[in-house]
Amino acid sequence: MDFTLSKEQEMARTLFRDMAENEIKPLAADIDEQERFPKEALELFKKYKMMGIPYPKEYGGAGCDTLTYEMALEEICKVCAATGTMLSAHISLGTWPIVKFGTEDQKKKYLPKLCTGEYLGAFALTEPGAGTDASGQQTKAVLDGDHYVLNGSKIFITNAGYADVYVVFAMTDKSKGNHGISAFIVESKFPGFSVGKKEKKMGIHGSATCELIFENCIVPKENLLGQEGKGFGIAMATLDNGRIGIAAQAVGLAEGALDETIKYVNERKQFGRPLAKFQNTQFQIADMVTKTKAAQLMLYRAALAEETKGAKNKRYSEEAAMAKLFCASTAMDVTTRCLQLFGGYGYTREYPIERMMRDAKITEIYEGTSEVQRMVISKYAMG
Amino acid sequence: MNIVVCVKQVPNTNEVKLDPKTGTLIREGVPSIMNPDDKAGLEAALELKDNTGAHITVVSMGPPQADAVLREAMAMGADDAYLVTDRAFCGADTLATSTTIAAALKKIGKTMKIDLIITGRQAIDGDTAQVGPQIAEHLGIPNVSYAQDIKVDGDTVTVKRQFEDRYHVVKAKMPCLVTALGDMNKPRYMTPGGIFDAYRENEVKQITRKDLDVEDTQIGLKGSPTRVAQSFPKQLKGKGTIVTPDGADAAADYIVARLEEKFII
Repeated sequence: MDFTLSKEQEMARTLFRDMAENEIKPLAADIDEQERFPKEALELFKKYKMMGIPYPKEYGGAGCDTLTYEMALEEICKVCAATGTMLSAHISLGTWPIVKFGTEDQKKKYLPKLCTGEYLGAFALTEPGAGTDASGQQTKAVLDGDHYVLNGSKIFITNAGYADVYVVFAMTDKSKGNHGISAFIVESKFPGFSVGKKEKKMGIHGSATCELIFENCIVPKENLLGQEGKGFGIAMATLDNGRIGIAAQAVGLAEGALDETIKYVNERKQFGRPLAKFQNTQFQIADMVTKTKAAQLMLYRAALAEETKGAKNKRYSEEAAMAKLFCASTAMDVTTRCLQLFGGYGYTREYPIERMMRDAKITEIYEGTSEVQRMVISKYAMG
Repeated sequence: MNIVVCVKQVPNTNEVKLDPKTGTLIREGVPSIMNPDDKAGLEAALELKDNTGAHITVVSMGPPQADAVLREAMAMGADDAYLVTDRAFCGADTLATSTTIAAALKKIGKTMKIDLIITGRQAIDGDTAQVGPQIAEHLGIPNVSYAQDIKVDGDTVTVKRQFEDRYHVVKAKMPCLVTALGDMNKPRYMTPGGIFDAYRENEVKQITRKDLDVEDTQIGLKGSPTRVAQSFPKQLKGKGTIVTPDGADAAADYIVARLEEKFII
C-alpha cells in the first residue's frame, strides 16, 4: 500500500491549488456577500477544460481519474465552498448519470456539451414531501406518443436557473413505489419547464438553489435515462458518487479553515504573546490537523473505491457514506473550533472563518443527511 | 511556423540559500518550478500558436528530473519536448551550456526547420542573462533580448524591447532568437487533461552527449572557463522614501531636516 500520488496527480493538485489561490479566493467574500452565482469561476473552468475532469476524452472530458477530480473540489473548497458546489453538482450529479446510464445517442448528444461547459448540468430529485425519503416522489411522468408529459415540482435544486440540462426523477407508475420512478434528461428549454423561487440560505450563498416547476413539460421519449422504473437505482448510484464530492468539499473547508487559523494565531497577540504560543492553541491545532488528515484519507479511499469498483460496475455506497459522514462532521467541528480561536474577530465578516462555518453545515445535510449515511453504513455493518 | 522555447527548471525561491562551504545552491527541500522568464516566453509562443498556428517544441537542459518542466509545458499546450541530459554536461557554465543547447538545437533542426527560438531573459537561480544571446551567437542568427512583446509578420519578428526608461521596437528576420521578460504576459495555467496526457501519452525525448556534434573540451566542466570565486546572499538595501515637497525651498528644508536628524550636519 502506497499513500503517494502519481506525478500527474501531484502536478494537477499544484494546478488546482494555484488556480484556487489566485483566481477563486479573491472572489469568495464577494460571492458570499452578494449571494451571486460564481460566474467567473465557471468561465475559468470552461477555459481550462475542467467541466468534465474525470470523464473520457472521447466525450470531451479531460480523461483524468476520480481522485484528481476530488482533489480539484478539495482545493477549490479550501477557498470557496460555493464554487465547489457549482462544479460538483455539474460533474457528479448532472453529468455522471448520463456517463453511467446514458445510451450512446444520449452520450453523444449531451456529454460533449456538458464536458466543455457549453451546458451546465444539475440533478433534480428532492421534492417538498420527498427529501430523505426520496421514494415519496409526487412528480409524475406520463407517456403520450413520442414524449412524456411531466407535472410536479422539485425543490432545493443546485445550479437551478443556470443549468441547461437537468436529470429529473418522476413517477411513471405510482403503484410500484420505488420501482415506479424513472429518470429523464430535461433541457431547460423544453416547453413547460420553469424555475421557481430562489432559496435564501445560511451558507454556500454563491450556489443557486431554486425550485423547479413542471407544467405539462414535454420531454421526448428518447430522453428517458435508463429504463422505465429504474430511476430510484440511478438516483441512489448517483448519490454514492456525489457524496464523495461532498466529502471533498468538507475536507477542503476544514483545510481552508485551518490555513486561515494557523495564519491568524501566529499574528494575533493576547497577554503579550501570539495565540500560537499558548498550549491550548497548539493542542487544538494538533487535534484538528489530525482529524482533517484522517478525513482526507477517508475521502481518498472512497475516491479509489469509486475508481476500482465503479469500473467493474460495483457499488461503493459504504465507502462513500463513511467518507461523507466523517468528512462533514470534521468540517463542522473544525470550522467551529477555528472560529473559537479567532474569538470576536472570527464572528465578523472581516475574516472568512464565519463563512466557512456557515458553509460547512450544509455538508451534513445535502446529498443525504448524516443520519442517512448512518442508515447506509449500519446496513452494511449489521446486515 | 516552428517555435522552439528553451525552459529551465529552477528552485522556487528568491531567497536563494547557499552552502557556506561550497558556495553552491542548496536545492534540497526547495520545490522546483519553471523559470518565470521562460514561462513568459512559452506563453508568448502559445499566443502565437493560438493566433496564427505554430508548432511549439520545448527544450530543457538539466538532470532527468527536469522533465517535470517539460511535461508542464506540454500541459500548457506545447507540442513536443526534448530533455538535453547527460552526466557529461554537468558543471557547465553559461558558455558550455549555450554550446550544448545550440548543438542540441542543430540536431533538432535536422528534423524540422526552426523559425523562432524563444528563451527567458535570465534564470532566477543564476541571473546571468547570457545563455539566450550565446545560443544565437553559436547558431549565427540574430538575437533580440528583453522582449516585452513579440509579433510575427511573414518571415520577420517585431519585438518591443524594454530598456530602463524606454522601448525600442526591433525587427529581425527569422530564424532568430528572442529573450523574453517575465512580466510580458500572464502565463496560462495547465489543463488537468493536458497534465494527464503529458505523463501518459506524450514523450519527452532525450538528447545525450553522443547525439551532439561537439568536442569534450566544449562541454561540462571542461568547457567552462568561468569559475565562481564566491557566492553570497545579497545584503538587502532599505527601501528608499519618495517625497514630493512643494517647491525647491521645501525640498531643501526637507533634506536639511533629515540630515540634521541623523546628526550628519
